[in-house]
Amino acid sequence: MPEQQTTVEVPSNPWGIPARLQLLNEEAQLQHDDKFSPYVEDIDRETLQQVYRTMMLTRRFDDEATALQRQGQLALWAPCKGQEAAQVGSAFATRPEDFIFPSYREHGVAISRGIDPGELLALFRGVNTCGWKPQDHNFQAYTLVLAAQVPHATGYAMGLNFDADFGNERDPNSDEKPAVLAYFGDGSSTEGEVHESMVFAASYNAPVLFFVQNNQWAISVPFSTQSRVPIATRAAGYGFEGLRVDGNDILAVVAATRYALEKIRAGEGPVLIEAETYRLGAHTTADDPTKYRTNEELESRTLHEPIGRLEKYLRAQGTPDSFFEELMAEVKEYGASVRNSALNLQNPRFEDFFERVYASAHPLVQEEAQWFQEYQEGFEEQN
Amino acid sequence: MTTEMNEAPAVETLTMAKAINRALRDAMSESNKVVLMGEDIGKLGGVFRVTEGLSAEFGEKRVMDSPLGEAGIIGTSIGLAMKGYRPVPEIQFDGFVFPAFNQITSQLSKMHGRTGKNFEVPVTIRIPFGGVIGSVEHHSESPEALFAHTPGLRVVTASSPHDAYWGLRKSIESPDPVIFFEPKRRYWMKGAVNFGHTNFDPFTAEVVRAGKDLTIATYGALVPVALAAAQAAQEGGYSVEVIDLRSISPLDVETVAESVNKTGRLVIAHEAPTFGGMGGELSASITERCFYSLEAPVLRVGGFHMPYPVAKVEEEYVPGIDRILEAIERSFTY
Ligand SMILES: Cc1ncc(C[n+]2csc(CCOP(=O)(O)OP(=O)(O)O)c2C)c(N)n1
Ligand SMILES: [Mg+2]
Repeated sequence: MPEQQTTVEVPSNPWGIPARLQLLNEEAQLQHDDKFSPYVEDIDRETLQQVYRTMMLTRRFDDEATALQRQGQLALWAPCKGQEAAQVGSAFATRPEDFIFPSYREHGVAISRGIDPGELLALFRGVNTCGWKPQDHNFQAYTLVLAAQVPHATGYAMGLNFDADFGNERDPNSDEKPAVLAYFGDGSSTEGEVHESMVFAASYNAPVLFFVQNNQWAISVPFSTQSRVPIATRAAGYGFEGLRVDGNDILAVVAATRYALEKIRAGEGPVLIEAETYRLGAHTTADDPTKYRTNEELESRTLHEPIGRLEKYLRAQGTPDSFFEELMAEVKEYGASVRNSALNLQNPRFEDFFERVYASAHPLVQEEAQWFQEYQEGFEEQN
Repeated sequence: MTTEMNEAPAVETLTMAKAINRALRDAMSESNKVVLMGEDIGKLGGVFRVTEGLSAEFGEKRVMDSPLGEAGIIGTSIGLAMKGYRPVPEIQFDGFVFPAFNQITSQLSKMHGRTGKNFEVPVTIRIPFGGVIGSVEHHSESPEALFAHTPGLRVVTASSPHDAYWGLRKSIESPDPVIFFEPKRRYWMKGAVNFGHTNFDPFTAEVVRAGKDLTIATYGALVPVALAAAQAAQEGGYSVEVIDLRSISPLDVETVAESVNKTGRLVIAHEAPTFGGMGGELSASITERCFYSLEAPVLRVGGFHMPYPVAKVEEEYVPGIDRILEAIERSFTY
């Protein structure tokens, strides 16, 4: 047999894993990226200070809610600690007319959209299923069934296309080109509805941004159980762009989200962003993370949390001490107001729940509501 | 040391969670075909700690912390069963079973018949169900009627650690798919488990309190509530019999009919919405069989026709002692 030298070309990245975007590294030094740096060039120090402020308010809100749950004032709490850059940064890149479909941990997005602490805590205090009017904030109710909101976001985005196609826009002369954002987690990315949503979004070129916060854990299950490659890799398989960003880098998150929304508004279809971050707190207050993750992991991840990084950068940029001092005072006051707003939430009346089942009268519900009223009155007569 | 001391005691007092844990452990020890799959059931031991220690004892291959997809969990369980395994998948909460609804109702339930009886699919799906745990949406539901309405599925519940242990053991042994509903608010309730009760039949009802004037039929978390209501009625001079249905499909109508032929009155209680619920099915069956014995219409006490409400008002939604007593009163004053 003749000697034959065969060279098999081994691609270095056989799955086409997207590179990880970072614009502010762990040491809070700026990194340049030809494609993405221009998307944050206009952000001056004052603006960034405002973003920092929202991140700090979010952190305080979250700590306060965790404490409230510990004191029995909330049924449950799902902390977002550590994910503030991914949340506040992506929300910062949106416009008010964009419609957002959150999962249940997007407190930083909710606060950015102007939702009051009390409104946000109503669900977790067990007084309401949604404390705000979604249309007032273009921010849908939290969804607790994982991934269920993702097809809703896709359909809503399809509706935006229909509005334009059918001439149903509120103001046809407006140059507003709203987009839709669907937030979900690394664990949720496994649910079939996410796959179907991406197929639909691609087929109908829906103006939707799939924003995955990969916080490395789905309760006790590590990301490696959900996927062998970053989730952003999947986008290529659906035929749209997938971006992978350091989710604790506020500039990278803002740049990627602005870029994606610009593309979506231009009618260039869906985009997927995977923000790699880390859940510093427990999954919820009912969880005990010491059962499944090490202290070392938590400590090393804490070093890379987003707020400290941004603070370091701001200080290096010359933000004066007085800014941080004043903000500390504001944050403290805010904490107290969060507490009060939770404690002041009105308890619901059971009777009212009959009225929300259907949008129009339903005889069975009416009959049961009537029965319940008489049943209650029976007790009052006895007393 | 005496020999007896080395043997496990035939009766032990356990919480329901521990009894279920023991049932899984014993089933896994007896056969390496028994495998568990679910979200967070391994390292964490499940969100209710029901599977605690099993991953350490049997390894991650037999106690799988699966990827996060219910359709995947049940669909692959079906495939495993076709390959000869006896999967015991866990659905984390009642409200999260629906992504798997297609696999359960269209595939699992029909596989035996539609393959000409050539495949048995002994999958036992464990689902914590029911409310009054002060939780948020989708964590307190009672979807049993949806499954009982599906031919091909067996649907079983338990109200005591003993029944939970044996109900689960026998469900796993069953050649048919079983949906095993665990009343989550009773996970921490203690009771004696008799490990010698090897001829336990999970598909039968049990009279848990004898009485002669009225029968209450219920299951799951409401059994202790019904017993308390019966006790209160006793003080008012009524002798009330209480039946724990245990099995929802098959429904042991015989046991209830026997009781109603004696008492002449029946109240059925469940947490699930009354409309389209198991109470309606049982009521019709009893009316068909016991028409001439009945002294009053069969009455149902259940959830209202609304989604399970928020925690602050859930106790007004779920039948409690007072709601059952009111129905008892109505039956007697008919
Ligand atoms: C359909 C469904 N299955 C299971 C659950 C229970 N559950 C709630 S959160 C969670 C983990 C979610 O992980 P991920 O999507 O990564 O989001 P994260 O909590 O990390 O923000 C699970 C299994 C649920 N809420 N919905
Ligand atoms: Mg996660």
